[in-house]
Amino acid sequence: MSVDKQTVRRIAKLARIALPDERVDPMVAELNGILGWIEQLQEVDVEGVEPMTSVVAQKLRLRDDVITAGGDATAIVANAPQTEDNFFVVPKVVE
Amino acid sequence: MSERGAKLIKGATDAWEVVIGMEVHAQVLSEAKLFSGAATAFGADPNSQVSFVDAAMPGMLPVINRKCVEQAVRTGLGLKAKINHRSQFDRKNYFYPDLPAGYQISQYKQPIVGEGEVTIDLPGGETRQIGIERLHLEQDAGKSLHDQRPEHSYVDLNRAGVALMEIVTKPDMRGSDEAAAFLRKLRTIVRYLGTCDGNMDEGSMRADVNISVRRPGEPYGTRCEIKNVNSMRFIAQAVEYEARRQVDILESGGSIRQETRLFDPRAGETRAMRSKEEAHDYRYFPDPDLLPLELSPAWINEIARSLPELPDQKKVRFIGLGLSSYDAAVLVAEKETADYFEAMLAEDAEPKAAANWLNNEVFGRLNKAGVSVLASPVSPAQNAAILRLLKDNVISGKIAKDLLDIVWDEGGDPYVIVNARGLRQMSDASAIERMVDAVIKAHPDKVEEVRKKPKLTGWFVGQVMKQSGGKANPQAVNDIVKARLGIGGQG
Amino acid sequence: MIGLTDFTMAEARDALRARTVSASELTHAFISAIEGARCLNAFVTETPERALDMARQSDTRIARGDARPLEGLPLAIKDLFCTKGVRTTAGSKILNNFVPPYESTVSQNLWDAGAVMLGKTNMDEFAMGSSNETSHFGPVINPWRAGNSNRNLVPGGSSGGSAAAVAGQLCLAATGTDTGGSIRQPAAVSGIVGLKPTYGRCSRWGIVAFASSLDQAGPMTRTVRDAAILLRHMASVDEKDSTSVDVPVADYEEGLDGGVKGLRIGIPKEYRIDGAPPEIEALWHRGAEWLKGQGAEIVDVSLAHTKFALPAYYIVAPAEASSNLARYDGVRYGHRAANTHDLTDLYERSRAEGFGAEVRRRVLVGTYVLSAGYYDAYYVRAQKVRTLIKRDFEQAFETCDVLLTPATPGAAFAIGEKSDDPVSMYLNDVFTVPVNLAGLPAISVPAGLSETGLPLGLQVIGRAFDEATVLRAGRAIEVAAHFGATPKKWWAA
Ligand SMILES: [Mg+2]
Ligand SMILES: [Zn+2]
Repeated sequence: MSVDKQTVRRIAKLARIALPDERVDPMVAELNGILGWIEQLQEVDVEGVEPMTSVVAQKLRLRDDVITAGGDATAIVANAPQTEDNFFVVPKVVE
Repeated sequence: MSERGAKLIKGATDAWEVVIGMEVHAQVLSEAKLFSGAATAFGADPNSQVSFVDAAMPGMLPVINRKCVEQAVRTGLGLKAKINHRSQFDRKNYFYPDLPAGYQISQYKQPIVGEGEVTIDLPGGETRQIGIERLHLEQDAGKSLHDQRPEHSYVDLNRAGVALMEIVTKPDMRGSDEAAAFLRKLRTIVRYLGTCDGNMDEGSMRADVNISVRRPGEPYGTRCEIKNVNSMRFIAQAVEYEARRQVDILESGGSIRQETRLFDPRAGETRAMRSKEEAHDYRYFPDPDLLPLELSPAWINEIARSLPELPDQKKVRFIGLGLSSYDAAVLVAEKETADYFEAMLAEDAEPKAAANWLNNEVFGRLNKAGVSVLASPVSPAQNAAILRLLKDNVISGKIAKDLLDIVWDEGGDPYVIVNARGLRQMSDASAIERMVDAVIKAHPDKVEEVRKKPKLTGWFVGQVMKQSGGKANPQAVNDIVKARLGIGGQG
Repeated sequence: MIGLTDFTMAEARDALRARTVSASELTHAFISAIEGARCLNAFVTETPERALDMARQSDTRIARGDARPLEGLPLAIKDLFCTKGVRTTAGSKILNNFVPPYESTVSQNLWDAGAVMLGKTNMDEFAMGSSNETSHFGPVINPWRAGNSNRNLVPGGSSGGSAAAVAGQLCLAATGTDTGGSIRQPAAVSGIVGLKPTYGRCSRWGIVAFASSLDQAGPMTRTVRDAAILLRHMASVDEKDSTSVDVPVADYEEGLDGGVKGLRIGIPKEYRIDGAPPEIEALWHRGAEWLKGQGAEIVDVSLAHTKFALPAYYIVAPAEASSNLARYDGVRYGHRAANTHDLTDLYERSRAEGFGAEVRRRVLVGTYVLSAGYYDAYYVRAQKVRTLIKRDFEQAFETCDVLLTPATPGAAFAIGEKSDDPVSMYLNDVFTVPVNLAGLPAISVPAGLSETGLPLGLQVIGRAFDEATVLRAGRAIEVAAHFGATPKKWWAA
């Protein structure tokens, strides 16, 4: 499988990474280089093989329903580029 | 699917069947969030109930809350559903400011709960089964506020990471009444179970309603999804409007575009969401920060044993006590109401009398006052006492209502009040006879008349009751009036 | 006379206990060494005041007879570990100014054991790289140089800053993280010891995630003994990490010198790859002979799916990374593009400006392999191949106790030499990646020098949670190799 310009633009959009026009062709080439190389996986016979979901053989641990965090809004917004009254501020979102 | 012709809606040319399925998001009742130790309480200051995990700080990891899992299992059991011993959490990837990690942890391919069913109650005591497709656990998103500033939106993550149960039905509902009845019943069940407070005003329950229409017998039509409908009334309105909209389009030769729509309560309309339908591609994959969730059969059994009596079972039991199906349905609709009724039974109230009393007198007063049954100024014991006074002929029905008003306003022991205020029913025959004789003597004209029109007996009874201040035993008055006037039989 | 920075960690520990040196003196010596080696670019952030403060506290405790296991030992921390109040960048512009309000479990464990923090080491951006050339803060220079050449070489990656800091004697030891070889590969090309523990051995809490199912923290040290000591105090069972495994942490130093007599050493034939330099093959052969000479039994084994490990890795890791890195959106922390006209613009430009080329490339690959229509063909298939790879190891461990392989396909290369071709860069991890896919422990031990005088390493792979045997075999190689070589301190001139 290989990608074309349109696909690369679509992926970049999905990933929210701006891709200027002049970067599209080089990116198509780079991704196709990688994807072409990955293609060798199609040789493997995976009939009846379960995909790995976790490399550790352990059950999920469950924690108790106790409040152990929160209560410090200033620490939550301390690193934010723009805030007001402990809200994060972003450009207007239109629904 | 049973044929229910009566449900069809009429278009200009054809009759149409409305097909409805629902996805309900119910907030799990828990102290802390699904994957973090931050609190879940409603209405806190912005970002004050946010952990570093909820804010998706670098390197933060989710750890699941046992209570939330238990609540999902409990709900599944309440929906008579299959509990999956192994389930998996997946990431649903998309960008939005109220989704801090850029993905929502949800369950996609392997939900914790599989197929089940809910019995809905329709007017006239009719019931219907609505199939449940699945229930899965997932995180709620934060909240974006758009009205603070013209250029900006504000983001509060207090809700981010709160546990939700997404309950998905089969497309089994056939009208706005069924859709509303389903949501009402689901709300009743989760409130009985104590797994969700069902508070729609605070967003604890929101429904996405999938609506399509078809001519009877045809395959399902293209559906539209109405997002986040948050009241019973709006559900009915949204379904009515949307079904009509689709019928109009189809009958005028158009076709339905599958889309997500919003219900505008002010206009009573649905409209397509403005965000351009950029093809969503959520790139689900198993969350590598979490292992598969495995539930032991022993734990599931333990939860099953702790399940309370649910509304359907309770209703059957109430009917067995002599209640009508309607009265039983009214009483079990809210757990608090059923509890109140049962508390009266515990005070030896007679079931049918108690049900009538509650449905005819008490609930009406509560509704009018806007007071919940939990905050009722009259206790079950006080109500039971009033009913006992009535049953023992100590007071009349009229006095019983007056007594209820007195206890409502002033409180106190109904027995004490009856004695102190002389509200006892007058059953002493000679006293009643004296009053009857006085009325007959004072109204010779009416005595003439009653001989021709025996129905006028009631007028004499009324006069006597009035004179007694309602305390005379009406049956005794009636008997004596008839005897004195020489009117035979018990007509 | 040897200088204070010549100490191994074990030697420094003993000297501190014997009070022949103080923690403050030791810390001063390393702070000076770091200042004198800035041209190596091994550190992103130096924390000398904090280091001296911690050292003074250590001296107080030592004086009180209250020393903890790592009391007063100056360490460097890869800048992927969040450190409370100290900027943590993950080598990325997007986290240029990020100051975590929390401390990673692994680093907290080290401070609780008494260790001293010298600073945060440079690394490939978000740990994506094998040469430390993708860092926003510039490449790290390997302290080693070939022969009499003045050419700057890469220290390997992604824990290249940690590797250079240990090799250049700028710290006693350092932490690293290893997603596809990022501890072992730089260790091998920088002439130090690097251990990737079993997945789940060290908590991932507070470590900036690259690929969650593969990431694992581990020690980078001068000796195998130091690796054993450091691992014991990095590892823990952590309830904050659901993938942290409930296995008690052992005293890995105990039994370290137990030797390999009777141990069955597996030689996987698939690790003999076309085009690898003969000196790698020769080193591998020599390693097997050393172990055999010490009484081990050499067993030929097969890991049939080895050649598919790298392509499977380059699906799984970018897929997880594309999701893990979605949180860097310029909203709650990190770089935000200026003058954005709407939310989408803010996201797209903040991320395009904040991420470097390799990160952008991998996020796009990861997004693609998870997208509708490709998920099964790429991601699910790769996870199936992963199951097969894990199965290969399990079968091999039925006939042997550890595996011996080369650590890298070659010695350190020059800066810029491989940066044009992603795939040729990825091939540096060909021997290390299968281990991450199977979640196993493995160590890289310096075992010799290349023809041009650059260090080369051998890798020992063990069963899950059998770090003890891996370390014991590693120690046996260390003893036999008599490596002892150190880079000339050309930068200090
Ligand atoms: Mg949904
Ligand atoms: Zn949902």
